[in-house]
Amino acid sequence: MVATFIKRRSRELAVAGTITLFLLPLLGISGKTYITLTIAGLAMGMLLFLVASGVSIIFGLMDVLNFAHGALFAWGAYVGFTVFNIMMKWVVAESVFKNLVVFVFAIFVAMIAVAILGIVLERIIVRRVYGNHLFQILITFGATIVLVELIKVFWGPNDEVMTVPFSFRGNWDVLDVIIDRYRVICITMGFALYAVIQLILKKTKLGIIVRAGVENREMIQAMGHNIFMLFTGVFAVGAGLAALGGLAMSVFSLQVYPDMGSTYLLFAFIVVIIGGLGSVTGSLVGAIIVGLSYNYVAYLVPWAAAGANVMIMIIILLVRPAGLFPAGE
Amino acid sequence: MKVESVHTYIGQHHILQGISFEAVADAVTVLIGRNGAGKSTTIKTVMGLLTATDGRIIYRGQEIQRKKPYEIARMGIGFVPEDMGIFSGLTVEENMKVAMLVEDKTTHERLERTLHMFSALRKFWKSKAGNLSGGQKQMLAIARAIVNDTSLLLIDEPSKGLAPIIVESLLEAINQIKERSVVILVEQNFFMASAVGDNFYILDDGLVVQSGVMEELIHDAELKSRFLGISKTSNSR
Repeated sequence: MVATFIKRRSRELAVAGTITLFLLPLLGISGKTYITLTIAGLAMGMLLFLVASGVSIIFGLMDVLNFAHGALFAWGAYVGFTVFNIMMKWVVAESVFKNLVVFVFAIFVAMIAVAILGIVLERIIVRRVYGNHLFQILITFGATIVLVELIKVFWGPNDEVMTVPFSFRGNWDVLDVIIDRYRVICITMGFALYAVIQLILKKTKLGIIVRAGVENREMIQAMGHNIFMLFTGVFAVGAGLAALGGLAMSVFSLQVYPDMGSTYLLFAFIVVIIGGLGSVTGSLVGAIIVGLSYNYVAYLVPWAAAGANVMIMIIILLVRPAGLFPAGE
Repeated sequence: MKVESVHTYIGQHHILQGISFEAVADAVTVLIGRNGAGKSTTIKTVMGLLTATDGRIIYRGQEIQRKKPYEIARMGIGFVPEDMGIFSGLTVEENMKVAMLVEDKTTHERLERTLHMFSALRKFWKSKAGNLSGGQKQMLAIARAIVNDTSLLLIDEPSKGLAPIIVESLLEAINQIKERSVVILVEQNFFMASAVGDNFYILDDGLVVQSGVMEELIHDAELKSRFLGISKTSNSR
C-alpha cells in the first residue's frame, strides 16, 4: 500500500521534498544568510539551467548523448570574451546602456557562432551515430578534445580574466541583506529564457512539433515532417543555449579557461536526470534543486557539497525513475 | 498503389519475402493473417519506416520505396500505427496541429468534417491526449491521418483492444473515409475486416498466400480455417 501511494504521488512527494530542501536550512542559518545563499543558489541554478536545457532538448528529441556540450559551452564563453575585449570601452564604461548593449551583443554573437559550430558538428559527426549511444559518447568525447584544443590554438592554453561589465559589478543592500547584482541578472536571465522557450514550445507550431518529436520520432516523420532538418535545428539551438550558459557563467566566475565545460557538464547531466529527459520545466526545477542544495550544503557542510547533488539525484530517481517531469507526462 | 515483390528485413530476420498486392480506388483492401505474418511490416515498409531491400512500391505512378517517410507522407499517404502513435503529452488540438501540413481554408474545412465524424474529439479538444480513452485515442489517430489531403490511408489494427461498440463506430468512420481515400487496413479481427473490407489479401510467413473479394472469403470456411484459425463451425462473419 505504501509503495502504491509513493508511486501514485511520486511527483507531489518530490515537489514536497524540494520545498523542504528550500526551507530546512533555516533551522541552522540566520535569515539574512539564508536569503543570500538562496539568491546565490538560484543564480547558480539558472546558470545550470542555461546549459542543461540544451542537453535535455537534444537528448529528449534526438536521443543523442552530446558530451561535446561542455566544449560548446566553453566556445560560447571564449567568443563572448573576444567580443568583450573588442568592445572593452563599452564594457568598462560607467553606462548601464552601453554595458547592456555589449552584453546582449556578446550573447548574440556567441550564440550564433556556436550554433553554426553545432550545425557543423551535427552534420559531420553526430548524424552518423544516431541510435548508438556508445558511439555517441565516444565520438562527442572526441569532438570535445578537438574543440578544446582548438580553443588553445585560437586563444592560448592559459586561464583568462573575464571582465564584468561595469554596471553588473558590486552589490545592492536591501534591508541589510547583501545582494550581488550579477546574480540577480542571472536569475532574471534564467526565468526570461524559460519563458521564451515555453512560449516557443507551447505557442508555435515548430515548438509543438518539437514536443511531439520528443515523444515519438517515428510518428513525426510519418506525419510529413523532416525530422533530420528538425534535428539539425534543435542541435543548433542546444549549442546556442550552451554558448549562452558559457558566457553567463564566465562572467559569474570571472574567468575563461579551455576545459571549463567539463566542470559544468557534470552538473548539467545531474540536472537533466533529476528533471526528466526532454522537459524544459524539468530542467528548470532540477537546476534550482541542484543550485540551492549545492549552496546550502557548501555553507553548512562544505566537504559534502558536491556529493549532496548526487544524493538528491539518487533519491529522486528511486521515487521517480524517469525524473520529475519526463516528456509526455 | 501497387506493391511488387517486396522484401524487408528487420535486423537479421527476413520478414517480407516477396510480397505483392494492389490497392484500388473506392475500396478497402484488407491485409489479414495470423500474428507474425508480416502485416504491420508491410504497411511500415509502404510508409518508408522500414526499408524494402528489394522490389517496388508504386504510388500514383511513382516508385516510393527509396523515399523517406516524410516525403511519402507529403505525397498524401496517411498512417495510423498499431499503437496509434498519439502524442500523449500534447492536447488533442496540438495533436491535430502537428498533423496539419498546411493550415489553409481547405484543411480547416477538412478538420471540421473530421471533427463532425469524431465528435468526441471536439469535446476533449483542450485535454491532454494521454487522458483519452482507447477508442478516443484511435479516433484521434485516424483524424490526424485524414486531416490532410490524404488519398491513401494505411491503418494498422484499429480494433485492437477496443470495446465492440467502439469498433462499430470505427467501422462507420472507415466506411465514410473510403469514399474519399484508398484504404489499406491491417486487421486480425475478422468481424471488422469482413465488415469494411472489399478486397482481401491473406498473408502468411511474409507472402501473400490468397487474395480475392471479401465476399468470397466470408463464405469460404476452409480458407478461414486454414489461414486465419477461424473454426469451420463458427457462423460469425
